[in-house]
Amino acid sequence: MLEFNKVSFGYDENSKILDELSFSVRAGEFISIIGVSGSGKSTIFRLVTGLDKPLAGDITLEGNKNGARLGQVGYMPQQDLLLPWRTILENAFLPLEINGVDKQTAYKQIKPLLKEFGLEGTDDKYPSELSGGMKQRVAFLRAVLSGNPLLLLDEPFSALDAITKLSMQEWLLDQWQKRKSTILFITHDVDEALFLSDRIFLLKNKPVTAIEEISIPLRRERTRKDLHRPDMLELKERLLSTLRSEVTL
Amino acid sequence: MRNTASLLIVLVFLTLWEISARLIDKAFILPSPVQILVRLWELKDVLFLVHLPVTLLSIVIGLTFSIILGTAIAVWMSQNASVQRAIYPILIASQMVPVIALAPIFVLWLGYTIWSKVAVAVLITFFPITVNAFDGLSSGKRETEELFLTMGATKKDVFLKYSVPIALPHFFSGLKVAVTLSVIGAAIGEWLGAQAGLGYFSRRMMTQFDGAAVFAPIFVLTFVGILLFVCVAYIEKRMLNWRTKS
Ligand SMILES: Nc1ncnc2c1ncn2[C@@H]1O[C@H](COP(=O)(O)OP(=O)(O)OP(=O)(O)O)[C@@H](O)[C@H]1O
Ligand SMILES: [Mg+2]
Repeated sequence: MLEFNKVSFGYDENSKILDELSFSVRAGEFISIIGVSGSGKSTIFRLVTGLDKPLAGDITLEGNKNGARLGQVGYMPQQDLLLPWRTILENAFLPLEINGVDKQTAYKQIKPLLKEFGLEGTDDKYPSELSGGMKQRVAFLRAVLSGNPLLLLDEPFSALDAITKLSMQEWLLDQWQKRKSTILFITHDVDEALFLSDRIFLLKNKPVTAIEEISIPLRRERTRKDLHRPDMLELKERLLSTLRSEVTL
Repeated sequence: MRNTASLLIVLVFLTLWEISARLIDKAFILPSPVQILVRLWELKDVLFLVHLPVTLLSIVIGLTFSIILGTAIAVWMSQNASVQRAIYPILIASQMVPVIALAPIFVLWLGYTIWSKVAVAVLITFFPITVNAFDGLSSGKRETEELFLTMGATKKDVFLKYSVPIALPHFFSGLKVAVTLSVIGAAIGEWLGAQAGLGYFSRRMMTQFDGAAVFAPIFVLTFVGILLFVCVAYIEKRMLNWRTKS
């Protein structure tokens, strides 16, 4: 699905952020990326979406090596970035509009999805009239409607309160399983990563030269209780201590 | 009502004016509001049928010019950084030029025609429109523009679907300033040399020591200014109705 092969990148020549980084993601996987602040998580997303080009190395998306990637991945930024002058329906319509889909057809496609995303009755509301959790769902819907099988979510739930966050996580898992998309998910929350992912990518060193891949020893059908299993608790401890050792104040 | 307080203040002001005008009792220098209204009524045909249309025409032409030229330059600057670097400082500097002192030159060049008034109106309304439109067009967030790009948007998509809508509130702020200035601009132009128009009429009455008739067209001009402002505010409210929701 997605492959990084010895990718190097830096915003300026002298200070590299990624140094010969390699990893690969299979179709249908849910992968969380964790790493300390400023380690380069969002930068990886910028490279995947095609907003930035690697200085060296290859990025292969669906067999397309170093091809144009803008418009090929669904991206959900940390802030919802909904357009305040557009209603919820019109906001969701944006990626389709850009792809040249006409309004009638698009609205027919979007309306049932609004219901499925728990946004029923918000069609003609403006973003300012919605709660934080709802706005994040709209932003996710917009990413889904880009029609791309690979979705990048950059700390989507970090601005939500703890309870809303938990229900959004469960909801996201539901949606992911239903749509069979591939998700790359940036988070700072170790519990969140453990609960959601098939694998966790832990960014190490500065610049990032390698990622530690951690497979989660849980079935896909999981509940929050599974996080209390001894092996999961041990894994959590290990992740936290690795992260702590990476933090340089 | 929302504007009760302002209305009250205006009423108090007019009352004080009325009282002092009666005490001073020199109508050719300080006519009272009632005298002005009476004179306005007497002169209604000349004012509203002869002079008002002339002034309105210069205002409308001047504003149209400013809006077209101003937005065009704003768009050009927003699309091209070197154009912006070249023009923006000149634009700011141009505001230091005392337009009112320049106005007689326009009369010299363009004569007593409507075009000298249009020129003055354009010169003072052009700036708020251009600067506000430009500030609006460049007020977009980089993150959102990049989000558009990740959706496969072209530069044109970003401009039409993001930059323009986000610029509209700024544009309307500029327009509200511009419409009020346009009335002043047209009036100044007429003051300096014209054969018709409310500014011209006011000035002619001054030479005849008819104080109330000097003020009558000024009342009309004020009213025109308020009316234009209210129109723009109304259009703004209709177009940006999302802003009132929350
Ligand atoms: N546009 C940019 N220009 C220059 N440097 C940048 C730019 N964006 C990010 N950086 C730098 O690159 C490094 C990695 O940034 P990045 O945003 O990828 O970190 P992150 O892991 O997403 O951090 P956070 O968890 O805080 O979001 C940081 O040191 C940051 O200062
Ligand atoms: Mg980040």
